[in-house]
Amino acid sequence: MARYRLEFKGVSKHFPPMRRSDGEGVLAIDGVDVAIEEGEVVALIGPSGCGKSTLLNLASGLDRPSRGNVFVDGEEVDGPNEHVAFMLQKDLLLPWRTIRKNVEFGQEIRGLDAAERRKRSEHFLAKYHLSDFANRYPHELSGGMRQRAALARTMVMYPDVLLLDEPFSALDAQTKMVLQQDLARTLFEEKKTALLITHDLVEALAMSDRVLVMSRRPGKIIREIVVDAENRQDPMSRRQHPKIGPYIAELMSLLDIGHAEELV
Amino acid sequence: MPSDTTETPATAPSQPAKPAQGAPDGGVGQTLRRLSMAREFHLSVIVLIVFLAFWEWGPPLLGIREFIIPRLSNVVTEFFFMLENGRLLHHTWITTYSVLVGFFLGALLGMVIGYLLGMSPMTEIVASPYILALQIAPKVAFAPLLIMWFGYNITPKILVAVLIVFFPILINVLTAVRGVDPAMINLARSFNASRWQIFWKIEFPASMAPLFSGLRIGATLAVIGITVGEFVGGNTGLGYLLIEGEGQANTKAVFVAIILLTLIGIIAYCLVILMERWVLRYMPKRKFGDVGNHP
Ligand SMILES: Nc1ncnc2c1ncn2[C@@H]1O[C@H](COP(=O)(O)OP(=O)(O)OP(=O)(O)O)[C@@H](O)[C@H]1O
Ligand SMILES: [Mg+2]
Repeated sequence: MARYRLEFKGVSKHFPPMRRSDGEGVLAIDGVDVAIEEGEVVALIGPSGCGKSTLLNLASGLDRPSRGNVFVDGEEVDGPNEHVAFMLQKDLLLPWRTIRKNVEFGQEIRGLDAAERRKRSEHFLAKYHLSDFANRYPHELSGGMRQRAALARTMVMYPDVLLLDEPFSALDAQTKMVLQQDLARTLFEEKKTALLITHDLVEALAMSDRVLVMSRRPGKIIREIVVDAENRQDPMSRRQHPKIGPYIAELMSLLDIGHAEELV
Repeated sequence: MPSDTTETPATAPSQPAKPAQGAPDGGVGQTLRRLSMAREFHLSVIVLIVFLAFWEWGPPLLGIREFIIPRLSNVVTEFFFMLENGRLLHHTWITTYSVLVGFFLGALLGMVIGYLLGMSPMTEIVASPYILALQIAPKVAFAPLLIMWFGYNITPKILVAVLIVFFPILINVLTAVRGVDPAMINLARSFNASRWQIFWKIEFPASMAPLFSGLRIGATLAVIGITVGEFVGGNTGLGYLLIEGEGQANTKAVFVAIILLTLIGIIAYCLVILMERWVLRYMPKRKFGDVGNHP
């Protein structure tokens, strides 16, 4: 049997009602099967509230499925573990820590000694062009720089699997493209496995090997598109690939864009 | 924290961009701002001088009798008189000491209970009606009771201050711990953080700004608590001198006591602000005075 880096097997998640008025609670996702191989980047798209972030929380071990199982490297996920790291739309930088200290946050919690932390953070600060800002506080940086710091904080843990939840959706268009480019190259060169949640169809197609489409709640995988185009490490040029246009048309019809109110 | 998403294309790619803050005003802007701050300071001083002059010469001009509002110079004379004959220094010290101790203990208690309740939602739910009841109860009304329990010494008035200081700090700390972004806590949890680490590395530092807002309020409330405690019982402290002055229809002495009590409050408040400046030095610099709270 093939060992997948990240695998969801028949995963459902039900949130019990908080109040009586909530009725039965919410069935967020229903019977999701996804298998991601080593070094593969898979994009996940779907209407708002269909359970994408829920799926990501299950993979990171922050939450447990109601039914089914999640595996990382063939091992069932039963809590946060060091093979997996996530990055969200919000940079989640701690305002009272300098950028360096923020990048070191995860290592500090995991108990690495100070010298090793310093060495690693230096390396990643340089890699993401943040060396000059190591001793600044987050509020002194632009949104794009903050998101790069968040990326450095994620990568400095050397995770095998990256969970990315709309990592660039709060950025302006140009910054977004620069960061997409940086991230795509890193993922490719270091053969990282990644699950990328996004609302941006072009981003999904430009950065991934496969695009999975989820239905409205309860979320199921309704379609898989294998992106048949080279240059995954270079989203800028892949955007222009002749196949991208038809893929987008297909995704738009799947997501029912046109009846615009359904995809907010 | 507002998300500043404007990164111009020129600064975007590889070459590190200029810091977003304070970048445009190198020399001129800085100097201008400093000048205008100096001007505001001068204005404050002028207002003070006008006020003092009005106090000295205003009452006689308006026909207000010395018994109602004594002139500034007479209050000053009374101050020196009390200093020599009335053990003013001794009373001032007792009050200052009580204010500091009451403030410190009240703040400590408020913090401890605030953090405990903040970390345990169950306890908060169970305790909240009692906290609310105690918060609504006028704390100074406990002063006579405390004196009956502890006698005519320094303890009851410190306890009044503790009671009154405690709540705003408790509430601010509790609200702050509750208000921490759950995503922030999930981030720490994803690194396998222990409950203690989540508290120490996230919840506690995140509560600093609201804690200091609470401490500022607490510093002024401590003076009220001690003053009321001294009104009600004992024969020491500025509160006692104030009541004594009233009994002897010595308006000047009452003014002296009020001014000194205010000074003690100001000192306590400034101590808090100094500490706050140091602890919250990572915060964006504020351009306002120190009366308002943090945004
Ligand atoms: N902790 C929770 N308790 C109750 N319901 C929840 C919880 N978390 C998520 N849900 C519900 O589960 C559903 C899926 O939420 P989720 O955040 O996964 O959606 P999403 O696909 O990420 O949406 P978006 O694209 O807007 O980010 C939503 O209806 C949401 O209300
Ligand atoms: Mg989401």
